[in-house]
Amino acid sequence: MIKVQNLAKSFGPLWAVEDVSFSVEKGEFFGFLGPNGAGKTTTINILCTLLSPTRGEATVAGYDVVREPNQVRRSIGIIFQDPSLDERLTAFENLRFHAMLYHLPWRETKERMESLLSMVGLSGRRNDLVKYFSGGMKRRLEIVRGLLHSPQLLFLDEPTLGLDPQTRKYIWTYVRDLQKKEGLTLFMTTHYMEEADQCDRIAIIDAGKIIALDTPTAFKRSLGVGSLEEVFLKLTGREIREEDASEKDQLRDLHRKWIGRMR
Amino acid sequence: MPRRRISCGTFTGSGLEECANLRSDHNSSLGMELQSIYTVWLRDLVRIRRDRTQLLGSLARPILWLLFLGIGMGPVFHSDMEMPYLHYLFPGIIAMNLLFASFLSAISIIWDREFGFLKEILVSPISRSSIAFGKAASGSTIAVLQGLVVLAFAPLLHISLSFSSLFLLIPSMFLVAFTCTSMGIVLASRMTSFEGFGTIANFVIMPMFFLSGAIFPLDRIPTWLKLLTRLNPLTYGVDQFRWILYGVHRFPVAFDLSFNIFFSLLMLGLAIAMFKRSPA
Repeated sequence: MIKVQNLAKSFGPLWAVEDVSFSVEKGEFFGFLGPNGAGKTTTINILCTLLSPTRGEATVAGYDVVREPNQVRRSIGIIFQDPSLDERLTAFENLRFHAMLYHLPWRETKERMESLLSMVGLSGRRNDLVKYFSGGMKRRLEIVRGLLHSPQLLFLDEPTLGLDPQTRKYIWTYVRDLQKKEGLTLFMTTHYMEEADQCDRIAIIDAGKIIALDTPTAFKRSLGVGSLEEVFLKLTGREIREEDASEKDQLRDLHRKWIGRMR
Repeated sequence: MPRRRISCGTFTGSGLEECANLRSDHNSSLGMELQSIYTVWLRDLVRIRRDRTQLLGSLARPILWLLFLGIGMGPVFHSDMEMPYLHYLFPGIIAMNLLFASFLSAISIIWDREFGFLKEILVSPISRSSIAFGKAASGSTIAVLQGLVVLAFAPLLHISLSFSSLFLLIPSMFLVAFTCTSMGIVLASRMTSFEGFGTIANFVIMPMFFLSGAIFPLDRIPTWLKLLTRLNPLTYGVDQFRWILYGVHRFPVAFDLSFNIFFSLLMLGLAIAMFKRSPA
């Protein structure tokens, strides 16, 4: 489903991603685990055709990300790190626009939309402005939107960042449920160990390079430790550290304060 | 969940292939392009209906300028166009609202990009050109609506507005707005912070406005300044408005039109190129 070979991306003199290679099978739940600044989001952005690679190749669902971006886009759904919903529109309008952007036949899509909305428990809120949704509700709506066009592959970039543990649990219930029903392949980036533990295979990434790739169980067994936390410590000699807040993080906080949320 | 017939509405795995086949036309037709542009345009229009603050600003701005500058400068104003200053200023204030509204919509692109919704558009399978075109079209439409707000003051200032002048004014306003919006998109696509855009605003928007003949006539200024005004699309826009409203003009009307058409196409081309590079 995904094939990445010698992928590299530089921003001026800074190499965010350096010589990354991996592949993801159909139906797999694949994870990228690493601290902030490791290159996870850059990699996912390249695979989603939001960024073009400096070097290397990547194919998603059999299509090259550079040469056939629109075919890639039709085959994937994405849940971004920052909620990318339009807050001034209602839930319904957000989904309607999504359907228009993907040129979906409306009659069939409407049915699908209703089923997905009721699956995540948002049917009653479809005519409310997204501005008034809680973080968890927004994520749920994003899941509906990401799957509305029936993609084969779902990208999740730090999907539960900023959510409380309860909501996190619910989000994963929906996602796993939908994965089973739709036969989705999941590609996730995270720096939460418990999330990475759910994956079929994980790639541990740090400073733009993949340090190791294996199943969570194999990692723990081969290194003789009980948790991925310790796996990471053993492989990199460090804890997964918190980076200084970038300007973007500060803007994000400001945005949250301005927009606010009704809980 | 019971198995239903295979269609895009089911949750069965094979439903995915069925859906993919429905969308197997990888080359988008003109119809699809137009629909994409319409989608981008429509979303911005629906949003703006829910934003009271911008509409309020577009009302306050002309009131302030017309009131203070218009009335204040009246007694000291001399021009070979022989009209009261308020009348002279009026088309300039239309241009001002168009200018500000256009660049404001370009700022929304930075916001969109940083806080997500543009990503949703970028990651969808519509052509990059239709994104640029749709954004330029929606920004222009909103700017023209704000320009029309200024027109509402015409009867108050004893400026006569015939149906024919309105008929000519609106597309003329749209052309000016399209130019400014496309310029704004080009600048916005290079900016990553709001502060950066504020600086550009000061170095681009204000000079454009002051050097357009909106506020003062361009016949008695030094040659080097005159040159700058000749390069400014807003100059020709304001000249066009004055011709439509009062029949007076400084430049040949055909030249006004062609300069702006050329300039807007140039800017649109640049805007499309910007969207085709990796803008995220």
